[in-house]
Amino acid sequence: MRNPLSDIITEIKPSGIRKFFDIVSEMEDAISLGVGEPDFDTPWHIRDEGIYSLEKGRTFYTSNAGLKELKVEIANYLYRTQKISYDAGKEVIVTVGGSEAIDIALRAMVNPGEEVLIPQPSYVSYEPCAILAGGVPVIIELKEENEFRLTAQELRDAITDKTKILILPFPNNPTGAIMEKEDLEAIAEVIREKDIFVLSDEIYAELTYKGKHVSIASLPGMQERTVLINGFSKAYAMTGWRLGYACAPERIMEQMLKIHQFAIMCAPTTSQYAAVEALRNGDEDVVMMREAYNQRRRFLMHSFQEIGLKCFEPYGAFYVFPCIKEFGMTSDEFANRLLQEEKVAVVPGTAFGDCGEGFLRISYAYSLENLKIALDKINAFITRLRNQK
Amino acid sequence: MREQILSIIEKSSRIEVKELAVILGVEEIDIANELKAMEEEGIICGYHTMIDWEKTSIEKVTALIEVRITPQRGQGFDRIAERIYKYSEVNSVYLISGGYDLLVTLEGKSLKDVSSFVSDRLSTLDGVLSTATHFILKKYKDHGTILTKKYEDTREKVTP
Repeated sequence: MRNPLSDIITEIKPSGIRKFFDIVSEMEDAISLGVGEPDFDTPWHIRDEGIYSLEKGRTFYTSNAGLKELKVEIANYLYRTQKISYDAGKEVIVTVGGSEAIDIALRAMVNPGEEVLIPQPSYVSYEPCAILAGGVPVIIELKEENEFRLTAQELRDAITDKTKILILPFPNNPTGAIMEKEDLEAIAEVIREKDIFVLSDEIYAELTYKGKHVSIASLPGMQERTVLINGFSKAYAMTGWRLGYACAPERIMEQMLKIHQFAIMCAPTTSQYAAVEALRNGDEDVVMMREAYNQRRRFLMHSFQEIGLKCFEPYGAFYVFPCIKEFGMTSDEFANRLLQEEKVAVVPGTAFGDCGEGFLRISYAYSLENLKIALDKINAFITRLRNQK
Repeated sequence: MREQILSIIEKSSRIEVKELAVILGVEEIDIANELKAMEEEGIICGYHTMIDWEKTSIEKVTALIEVRITPQRGQGFDRIAERIYKYSEVNSVYLISGGYDLLVTLEGKSLKDVSSFVSDRLSTLDGVLSTATHFILKKYKDHGTILTKKYEDTREKVTP
């Protein structure tokens, strides 16, 4: 039989997180700190709106780009929070999670051989999506001493004649790093000068614990070169609804819409109705959840300090990214032994890029009670390791 | 900071000052001072435990009683409210707008216990016009806590 497969996909490695997931799933009583989604249920008024839309028989496709009222609410939200004006009719698209938005943005913008700059450690899908779009991923390794922020110099060093677009994933999964306004201004200058574009993945925007999130699209001259991606999963605890969105200049959006139209048709209708409610009446829920995450974040940072585990202070998302280099093990070994010996699951930093070696991603999308139990076990584990030395 | 402290201890009053300081990112001494001040100002009036008596073998009956009263000159509803809340069986007394005046919640050992309190003590008070007693059959949610279901983490254990 002929090879039924495409070379391009077979050459892409499966997600490193998958392998670990299989091991953890085998272990029934493991305490997991490995989850990349909120522990809160979607607020009831939002769920109720979804149910209500089903009761009313809103079970049909929406227009390709999404429900008009949702696009208007998205545009309002971005104006309210970032002072960016998007035309809800021409510059906003509702997608199946932020993930789809990443995919279609890259496919709409990258020509074969053009380079896509991907700062790492970062979310697992940028690199494969860039490859599938025909692009050449170029990794920028972020440094712990910069608190895993992207510096203008790092960006400058990575740009070549073939560079087309920079992926800007902040607040960051897995490091929890954020980019503040001054950081973004320095980056924006290089982007304008070198005439490249930005895919700004701001899915964790609402989970910022130091000032307010700033979008690069709000900086002078940047809206025209930015595809802004956000969604409902993290801010409103709506991961399973699969709903995100992208905002971009009309010229880019027209092409993204074509891919979306042919590949997806439209995002789930029920989810879209629920999302309208989220944007109209969900601000208080966001504040409540952000405050809860922030308390857990402080608790973890304090605990790390007490047990002497090195970790820069992250101000975004719901992850901390402690350094485990002192133990002389790879992230994979450390995570595996922690799982076997203490039944605590964390994700090795290497699942998010080679430069995640020596780090772990610990999620605090768990109750404080849960985190306390897990931290006691981690403490026991590293105390044992230190004594063995 | 007060609002944050209150919203945390409203749900878990056993939290230690040290831990409050950690999760709110402030000094222990500041938390201790605020707590003390709020106790003195009567903002914090006690530290109670939420108990689902249903799950124990102890029999308890809770009733909500609507009470209509005649307000008294110069004292309004306060004097009668005071006469009612002084009974130790009475859990809470609220002045209510609408069809009746006071909402009294009452805990007794049995239905008989509660009904004799209502007929002997409450309805015979001067100024009480009428009462309507509602017995609680089941508590689904109390003080913001769902009693009928336990939280279960149904997420996949590891996700990107």
